[in-house]
Amino acid sequence: MTATARSLTSTTTATPSRRANRIGVFGLALVMVALIVLLQNSGSSVWQGIFTNLGMFIILVASLNLASGFTGVFSLGHIGFMALGAYLAAILTLPLETKAAYLNRLPAWLAVVHLDMMVGPFPLGFLLATIIAGLAVALVALLVGAVLMRLSGNFVSVATLGFLVIVRVVLINADDFTRGSRTFSNVTPYTDLWWVYGWVAVTLYCVWRLKNSAFGRAMFAQREDVAAAQSIGIVIMRPRLLAFVLSAFFTAVVGSLWGHFITSFSPNTFYFDLTFRVITMMVVGGMGSVSGSVIGPVIVLAISEGLRRIEDSTQLYGISGLVLAILFIIIVVARPGGLLGDREINFGWLGRLARR
Amino acid sequence: MNLTNYALQQILNALSIGSLYALMAVGLAMVFGILRLINFAHGDVMMVAAYIAFFCLSAKMPLWLTVIIMVVGTVLVGIVMERVAYRPIRNAPAIAALLTSFAVGQILQNGTLLTTRFASKPVQIAFPAPPELSGTVALGALGVSRVNLIAFLVGPILLALLTLFITRTTLGLSMRATAEDIGAAQLMGIDTNRVIVLAFVLGAGLASIAGLLYAVQAGQINPYLGFTPVLKAFIAAVIGGFGSISGAMLGGYALGFLEVLLTALPGLGDILPASSTNPALIAFFKTYLPGTLTSYRDAFVFVILILILLFRPGGILGTAETRR
Repeated sequence: MTATARSLTSTTTATPSRRANRIGVFGLALVMVALIVLLQNSGSSVWQGIFTNLGMFIILVASLNLASGFTGVFSLGHIGFMALGAYLAAILTLPLETKAAYLNRLPAWLAVVHLDMMVGPFPLGFLLATIIAGLAVALVALLVGAVLMRLSGNFVSVATLGFLVIVRVVLINADDFTRGSRTFSNVTPYTDLWWVYGWVAVTLYCVWRLKNSAFGRAMFAQREDVAAAQSIGIVIMRPRLLAFVLSAFFTAVVGSLWGHFITSFSPNTFYFDLTFRVITMMVVGGMGSVSGSVIGPVIVLAISEGLRRIEDSTQLYGISGLVLAILFIIIVVARPGGLLGDREINFGWLGRLARR
Repeated sequence: MNLTNYALQQILNALSIGSLYALMAVGLAMVFGILRLINFAHGDVMMVAAYIAFFCLSAKMPLWLTVIIMVVGTVLVGIVMERVAYRPIRNAPAIAALLTSFAVGQILQNGTLLTTRFASKPVQIAFPAPPELSGTVALGALGVSRVNLIAFLVGPILLALLTLFITRTTLGLSMRATAEDIGAAQLMGIDTNRVIVLAFVLGAGLASIAGLLYAVQAGQINPYLGFTPVLKAFIAAVIGGFGSISGAMLGGYALGFLEVLLTALPGLGDILPASSTNPALIAFFKTYLPGTLTSYRDAFVFVILILILLFRPGGILGTAETRR
């Protein structure tokens, strides 16, 4: 209701305020580019690591928000898509000698594939591997989603959690491809800040455009009231499935980035801890908000990085998990929609500042 | 090994695993029946029980005292959990409640982790099985581990007591009324808050017994051990039609049998006596149900969960509901 009222009042002054907002966002992007240049040249691996993590979490939260916050169909299985993306992309970029030594039972057609970072003068290999992994996972999501998106409420959450468990069991048992429960290592560390924030920009742009499209409005409409949405002709399966598949694609992209950043992982890397962490970030930022998908990870990561320093110095592990879970409950009790709900931050003031 | 004995052994395994699942599942079902809340922290309640038992047994307390302290301690955790986390969000959307239960689980896990740090214990601890629960018992030609036998006996006894309580006492009646319609129950003068606390108390109590038996069976404990059991209990409750207490008991045993079947059937080709069995049968098992399939058990179980949610949301006995 209020959202409609807001958009009605803002249409009268739409053009200038939207322009100002756009300039504001553009300004922020420039600041971010400057920050990345600074970080890349600073040589501080700690800060580079933190910002790389932040970027990857922003993509994860934005895409989970697309699948869950926008549609109200709460997925607990997204980290399964991330795991699949990480393994797929890593198998594609692993150098041939390493592959022969280490995954010697791969089928022949996979054993000869090696997407190096550089294809000619362009860094296309990693990009291609990431996109292939994303598309393959999106296909999986299409099949899974066509079945699971029929459920609703709590049951879809538990069914997707079941999907997460199934992915883990399959990864552990498919040891010809994944080395089973042993660590999959020797992945080339291709991921840097440019790759991560490039994908952040693509993800945020897509999710934001989608939110303001007819599909996005259909997603929000069926989230608020399925019957009312159906009565005005919205087929609820289509927006739900679109959100699920697209978000699986971006989640798999993060999987690829993550794999080529930490360079060694196992099926346990992608399990419930990570799932809960991403959900915390989404709930803190706001379910249904694109700018919330940035703010949530910033807040949660700042808190957990700070507490981790304390944990490391006192050896009292568990503090950060405890504090984050308490924060989570406070947010759910006090502001059930998260800090921003499904609203967005308007950067118009920044744009107007630049004009002056 | 004699095939009859093998089958008997497996049936006993199924019944003892089933008892654990049923003890866990009724707790989930009671709370869901009243509040429509899937309490995922239930597995962590069970984990807390295992830790309380660990600290008591390490202090050389006898088993009976350990059990009393464990049940009381776990029930207190259940009460605090309801009061602090679940009561404020009682009218929140189902998803918010589900997410809160995950957060509660995280608090219990990290709280336990922190406690073990203060007690300077490692994350993974060997569980000191009391003599009453360890070793094997000879049952005819079968050697049965004592803890399995006890689970097999204790499960049905506790569940029968619970059933008596729910069907034969006034408090049980008010519990059923509240599950039927919380608003109407309130209008009839039932203190629904008390009933809800009672559901958490009973659930935590039963989960604590399951936790002790589980810890003895596993031989070691860590703060994350509750995750798989709560998922299994959830499946058991879904099989039985979510929210129905007798359904959850039945679902627990059904899941126990299903799991044992999924473990025992693959690999049967290696066990069947080659002299007396049709070689075609052995070949069939070796080709289509090789022993390696066993490790996919959990995946199959979850596929079955999803199938039930899709096609029989009211459980295997229930009527087809329209909402799921």
